[in-house]
Amino acid sequence: MSDPAAHEAANGPRDAASASGSWVRARRSLWRAKWPLGALVLLLAITFAAIFGPSVAPRDPNRQNIIMRLKQPMQTDRRGQNTFFMGTDGLGRDVFSRLLYGARVSLTVGVVAVLVGGSIGTFLGLVAGYFGGWLDALVMSLADIQLAFPFILLAIMFLLVLGPGVVNLILALGIGQWVTYARIARGQTIAQREKEYVEAARALGQGHAGILVTGILPNILAPLIIIASFNVASVILAEAALSFLGLGVPPTVPSWGGMLAESRDQLLAGHWWLAVFPGAAIMLTVLAFNILGDWLRDFLDPRLTAAG
Amino acid sequence: MALLSRRLLQSLFVIAGVTVITFITLHLGGDPTYLYVSERASEAEISATRAKLGFDQPLGVQYLRFAEGLVHGDLGDSLIYRTPAIGVVLERFPATLELTFCAMLIALALGIPLGVLAALNHGRPLDGGIMLLALLGQSIPSFWLGLLLILSAGLKFRWLPISGRVPLLEPLFAGDFAVAWSNLPHALPYLAMPSLTIAFFSMARTARLVRSSMLEVLSQDYIRTARSKGLSNYRVIVHHALRNAWLPVITMLGLEFGFLLSGVVVVETVFSWPGVGRLVFNAINHRDIPLVQASVIMFSLVFVSLNLAVDLLYARLDPRIRLR
Repeated sequence: MSDPAAHEAANGPRDAASASGSWVRARRSLWRAKWPLGALVLLLAITFAAIFGPSVAPRDPNRQNIIMRLKQPMQTDRRGQNTFFMGTDGLGRDVFSRLLYGARVSLTVGVVAVLVGGSIGTFLGLVAGYFGGWLDALVMSLADIQLAFPFILLAIMFLLVLGPGVVNLILALGIGQWVTYARIARGQTIAQREKEYVEAARALGQGHAGILVTGILPNILAPLIIIASFNVASVILAEAALSFLGLGVPPTVPSWGGMLAESRDQLLAGHWWLAVFPGAAIMLTVLAFNILGDWLRDFLDPRLTAAG
Repeated sequence: MALLSRRLLQSLFVIAGVTVITFITLHLGGDPTYLYVSERASEAEISATRAKLGFDQPLGVQYLRFAEGLVHGDLGDSLIYRTPAIGVVLERFPATLELTFCAMLIALALGIPLGVLAALNHGRPLDGGIMLLALLGQSIPSFWLGLLLILSAGLKFRWLPISGRVPLLEPLFAGDFAVAWSNLPHALPYLAMPSLTIAFFSMARTARLVRSSMLEVLSQDYIRTARSKGLSNYRVIVHHALRNAWLPVITMLGLEFGFLLSGVVVVETVFSWPGVGRLVFNAINHRDIPLVQASVIMFSLVFVSLNLAVDLLYARLDPRIRLR
């Protein structure tokens, strides 16, 4: 990582020429403060939709209504009472209600899969880094194998054999994530292993498990949390792609990826709202996690920001 | 040479790992015979299929037979096409490679200049704009971008065709350069939307990587030396900074290529591109396990060999690696 001073020196003439380094810094901090805040608000709203979806959704997301099929957004029903805020799909189901329900699948799968993968990876990384030897070699060569081929393909095989469903999605995507955590946890653990506090704990007779959990783990958590935030974003994208391929949740459960898959048949007829809204929901959720990840990195690990 | 043999061995190890994992996955759901027969199949039909496919044998024997078949290029017959699965996959491979290469080209051609531009304008609005674009690129689901492109550039403005393909690589592989050359202008419009869709994510990642790598290089002493020697800005950036900022980008290329390949599965489906991706999609819908398996293994083989090639290239470009 480059240090900011050297940076300043290299870019000196131009930065000085702008004659307002403080203005740049102020704007940058504003930029950084504004976006994460927006991302957080957005994520809270999506979480709210995921938890309370059934009570806030205007309609039953699976209720079909052939008379009201393929209504454009903001159209009302015949009595002019209920507005279909985001229109209806080919079976006359309310797109907005389905969108609210869909938040459930995306968020649950994204967060739980990362928790599963993160826990497995962190555990293996801690153990491998702490004990070293053949255990370390074994874990790291497993990691190399997994990194050497695109995991989404294996997830496809896995879901095809085990069938669709939230639990299988979480397993397929979660297991794919452990490598990153294992590598980082291992590297950090090796760096911590020889520190005085570990030796002190050992001298006081604390067992390996105790040292790992109460000593080392809290000290290596920051980079893992940063990775986790970005990771939720990429898992949500992968889940949407798998649902789009028909490998996600069963068709009776509304999901964003599934809605996009259904929209494909209506696309040529120009029913744009069926594709635009669920896709935007995915993008905004992923964007929010990415922005939050950037901010967490700045906040938790200032060393990483120097190089941008 | 030591590096070469070590990496070759490692690649073989990885490929063996891939086959073990696909094999285990196939058996995760219990007796795989049920994946091959229809739901209405009688008990006699099921046991006949089981015996024919060898699923009544012990697992170890089954794996050895599977591995033996793999070495001979035999991964069973596709259930849809009733011909060897590997042949069906190979037939579609040129279309996928074409798309992936094209996407890679776009990602690099846009990502590298954008990253350099952002680094040179560090902290200024242009940098912010490019980083915002990169953030968007990493957040948009590729297939959604594809759908949006179809809606706008395809259906509304009618700039580009929304599906179809004119073959480029097949005539090239057949040694027919004239045909490939004359096909080129007709092929590009079909390639444009799908490859841009796949490229967008990688472009964003490349831009971010080049930017941070450039920023790091720009702060080094030799850049200051070059500047103080009075070299032109252009010379400093192109000959001194970019040359060194390249290295992390090259390491990433292999992984990125694999990433593009897996993005292809979804995007090919969106654009009805006649490659392996759409084949996998159809195979999924028809539960054609041998075909999915063959595709996964083929993708992994390509991915592993590309990574191998990239590593060797890297070792050539960066003498420090060879010393280790």
